[in-house]
Amino acid sequence: MDCVVTGGNVKVLAKAIHSLSRIGDELYLEPQEDGLTLRSVNSSRSAYACFLFSPLFFSRYAIPDGHGFRCKVAIKSVQAVFRSLATLEKTVEKCHIELDGEKSRLTFTLHCKHGLLKTHNLSFQDSESLQAVFDKDASTNVLKAQPRLLADTVLNFPPSLEEVTVTVSDERVWFRNYVDQDAEPSKAMLTELCLSADEFDHFAVKAQSSVTFCLKELRGLLVFAESTGLPISMYFDGPGSPVVLSVTDSVLDTNFVLATLSDESAVRQQNPKRAGTPLPPLDDFMNDELESYLIAMDTSMAPGPSFRSLLFGSVYPTGSPLSNLTVAGQKVLASDSEEDPEGV
Amino acid sequence: MKFRSKIIDIGCLNNFTRVVTTISKLTKTCVLRLTPDNLYFVLSGKVSNGGVAMWCELAQANFFEEFQLEGVSVEANEICLELAPDNLSRAMKTAQNAKAVKIKLTKKHCPCLTIAAELPTMSSVSRVVTHDIPVDVIPRRLWNDFKEPSMPDFDVSIYMPPLKIMKNVVDRMKNLSNFLVIEANMNGEMNLKIETDLVSVTTHFKDLGNPPWGGDGSQTGAASQRDLETMVQVRVDIRKLQQFLMGQQFNPSKAMCNIVQNTILHLILLYEDVSLQYFIPAVA
Repeated sequence: MDCVVTGGNVKVLAKAIHSLSRIGDELYLEPQEDGLTLRSVNSSRSAYACFLFSPLFFSRYAIPDGHGFRCKVAIKSVQAVFRSLATLEKTVEKCHIELDGEKSRLTFTLHCKHGLLKTHNLSFQDSESLQAVFDKDASTNVLKAQPRLLADTVLNFPPSLEEVTVTVSDERVWFRNYVDQDAEPSKAMLTELCLSADEFDHFAVKAQSSVTFCLKELRGLLVFAESTGLPISMYFDGPGSPVVLSVTDSVLDTNFVLATLSDESAVRQQNPKRAGTPLPPLDDFMNDELESYLIAMDTSMAPGPSFRSLLFGSVYPTGSPLSNLTVAGQKVLASDSEEDPEGV
Repeated sequence: MKFRSKIIDIGCLNNFTRVVTTISKLTKTCVLRLTPDNLYFVLSGKVSNGGVAMWCELAQANFFEEFQLEGVSVEANEICLELAPDNLSRAMKTAQNAKAVKIKLTKKHCPCLTIAAELPTMSSVSRVVTHDIPVDVIPRRLWNDFKEPSMPDFDVSIYMPPLKIMKNVVDRMKNLSNFLVIEANMNGEMNLKIETDLVSVTTHFKDLGNPPWGGDGSQTGAASQRDLETMVQVRVDIRKLQQFLMGQQFNPSKAMCNIVQNTILHLILLYEDVSLQYFIPAVA
């Protein structure tokens, strides 16, 4: 493998690495015909991210012949190459990525101003292919928004917040902080933000639903999307099936696949009025009737399992032949891969 | 019991947020007392919070466009709530460029102070963000704990040096000692001192001026009869003083300090019509 990234694309690559570092500890690198893929998965396999940079992204792109080569490296060491994004933009003119099969070294060379060369030789391990199976086109709900909109939305929540619940109806989207079942409900502040469909570039909701997923990875993707100014698309079905966040452009294709909380009743129970249907009217702001809030009381004691798993495997019923494979193979399962011919 | 209010002016919104943020830096929980004319943030000096007490008073008319309150009863037209000021501060911060912010008492999964902000958007429909802050409604029999503390009969009252400078000094001193002696006289002089086995450090301030409390009845006693030069001192937990200096976002027009010899340090910040009083007990 021998590729060269120049100019502003170096920063794009750097931001991608930083986004991936929010997911897992290892970076899976795979040069292919259709471009270079960088992937990562978290330790509980509930979040997966993939960046595909097409050959046009590079000013030179050459990959080894024959059977596919792939490897994994510690993401911290790659991050070290692109440590300071600010100086990177000013000083680095060119980044050269080269694979030395003989010495088993992955070499990043940064060509900086004044002829300064910075070379990082990273050791790597061979790895299996890491590939999440998902079909975002089959999703019932698709939202597309400018990164600014989502960034502004996320800003309303405290940085310590881990999960967010997104609820969609025909013309609105609600973002709420998810409060853990174990947490004392009388202590936690609940925040809810309502966005109208008008604010989205694309808004296609076929079924009202509500999904809860981790904010950390979304924040990571937002950093990337904001720096590149590319809109984020969000594909999802319902509780338990993964949400896919995707950023695409002519030379790159990015997908983040995140597990969602599978137990819908837990979400409902936690917040009976807010999560259920019918949804509150938008003009809630104008509606000051104290009485309208009284309905929400005293229904919170409904028994229900506080089962909570963010594993992809948990979307399969136990005993399904596929449920074991998530652990056995180096593959991440997501969505309804039973129908997918390219599945495991 | 009903409470509903609305802030529209962006300046008022900023000021209110600053007050709330200052409070949130001083204490984890406090009591918000609402009356038809005023809002008070109160921390009563309990042993559990190291004996520190706080009293912050705001005239509602200076902040709110609309302010409707129906208290516990006609003769006790007040509401007392315990809340985490940090939640309120965080909620207000997300509403900094809001077109309007409503603050109201609601009954949801528990009693809540609901902050609803109408945020501007590019589209025709506003974005609405609501924060439900859980509160504990304080029963009337406990209200006595949250009355305005009486002004101590201080031995010395003095204007404080610029708070930034004072903060820098106290920050440095904190590295050396856990306790600080603050002393002042009626001649506009104040000293900040630490003493350890290894080192003694004193910072002197002069020409600070002494507030004229004369017309104010009860305060004429001890202070005026004392010799102008005599220093009155109090030893306090340096962290408490540092917290006060660090947290404040008031840029007060007046900052004063009253000392009762070996008993209490009473700090007062005034900014327009907002007043913040902070009491730090002496340690032996």
